[in-house]
Amino acid sequence: MEFRDYYQILGVGKTADADEIKKAFRRLARKYHPDVSKEPDAAARMTELNEANAVLSDPEKRAAYDRIGSGHHAGQDFQPPPDWNAGNEYSGDGMSAAEAARFSEFFSSMFGDAARGGSTHSGGRRTRNAGARQVRGEDHHAKVMIDLADAYTGATRTINLRAARLDESGHVVADERTLNVNIPKGLKEGQHIRLAGQGSPGFGGGPAGDLFLEISFAADARYRIDGRDVTTIMPLTPWEAALGAAIDMPTPSGTVQVKVPSGSQAGRKLRLKGRGIPGETPGDLYLEISVVLPPADTEAARAVYEKMAREVPFNPRETANTAKGEQL
Amino acid sequence: MSSTNESSMSGVLIDDATLTIVELANACSVEYTWVVQHVEDGLLERTDHAVSKAISPADAAEWRFASAALIRARRLANIERTFDANAEVAALVVDLLEELASLKQLRFAEQNP
Repeated sequence: MEFRDYYQILGVGKTADADEIKKAFRRLARKYHPDVSKEPDAAARMTELNEANAVLSDPEKRAAYDRIGSGHHAGQDFQPPPDWNAGNEYSGDGMSAAEAARFSEFFSSMFGDAARGGSTHSGGRRTRNAGARQVRGEDHHAKVMIDLADAYTGATRTINLRAARLDESGHVVADERTLNVNIPKGLKEGQHIRLAGQGSPGFGGGPAGDLFLEISFAADARYRIDGRDVTTIMPLTPWEAALGAAIDMPTPSGTVQVKVPSGSQAGRKLRLKGRGIPGETPGDLYLEISVVLPPADTEAARAVYEKMAREVPFNPRETANTAKGEQL
Repeated sequence: MSSTNESSMSGVLIDDATLTIVELANACSVEYTWVVQHVEDGLLERTDHAVSKAISPADAAEWRFASAALIRARRLANIERTFDANAEVAALVVDLLEELASLKQLRFAEQNP
């Protein structure tokens, strides 16, 4: 097991006072906050920061860490002496077992008992099973990426999770596990699936927590999704747009035949009612018209464009300005 | 240690079934009173408004919350905890994050026509 230098993680000296530690933690938390950070390892760094802060911002844990950690440096092999923790007293700090489970093995081996969930502590180290009251296990959260097509048809996804568990000595350890989860059809971005009892186990016979899976759609350049409504671009040739046509259009629910009205302009939308994401009130599918010009790269193509230029009097600048009634 | 559950599991879809205040509080690792305060201050939305507008905080057990409230409540709790932030400031940050997410989605759509 590697020694973790919490002072180094927060970038503070060993003599830093509580205020300096708080400031350093907040500065780095802002930098690595997963909602805003552009750093690729932001989530891992945030967990590391939370771990370092959990120890250094708590005078009891910090004192214990300083006592055992003096003379060690980051990455060095480290084993805490047996019963090293015997003389230490911790009051509950409200840290959740789920949170502690994400921390390092180093943290678990040093503070496992203390990290078991503040609400079960009332001063002093609690003896296992002695006076234990029932505490519900922590809820867990995970994000699941699905494709838009999965929302139309439903799917089964395999997800890997780390879950908190207490080992024989009462330390919090993390178990890796794999779950196959049925993703029902009709899901929207940001919706949750709750798997009852799949969170952390409870303490003292309390019920297990739940696992919440937050649904997120994998980025797909073809589709813009708003609730259950889906918008996609429908590319048309100039003659399809001008004359009208019946075309085959690929959609998330398969290819559909679309009747394009004559005189369709780019930017106009056709609505296919109920062809969005299914549900009690299914969404609509919007096809936004985009007119794509064939390249004038052959003699024949150039001749057609030249014929149009001669025979079709048309100036889009005039039309656009007249329609908007403004001069740029 | 790892284990694999070979059979597939099905869960409850939140929004079809909404969360009670206790379930929301558990899911965010916050106290029941934290949720009551945030709803009263208008920082968190319930989904049961239409059903019974007159519910008072004393009847908070009747309150129901949807997926969007769960995402928002977790973000609020996380920002308040990490930065010792005041609830209104945390809500402002979350409002901006939500705005940013929708703008990013728009920009992505515009850059990938």
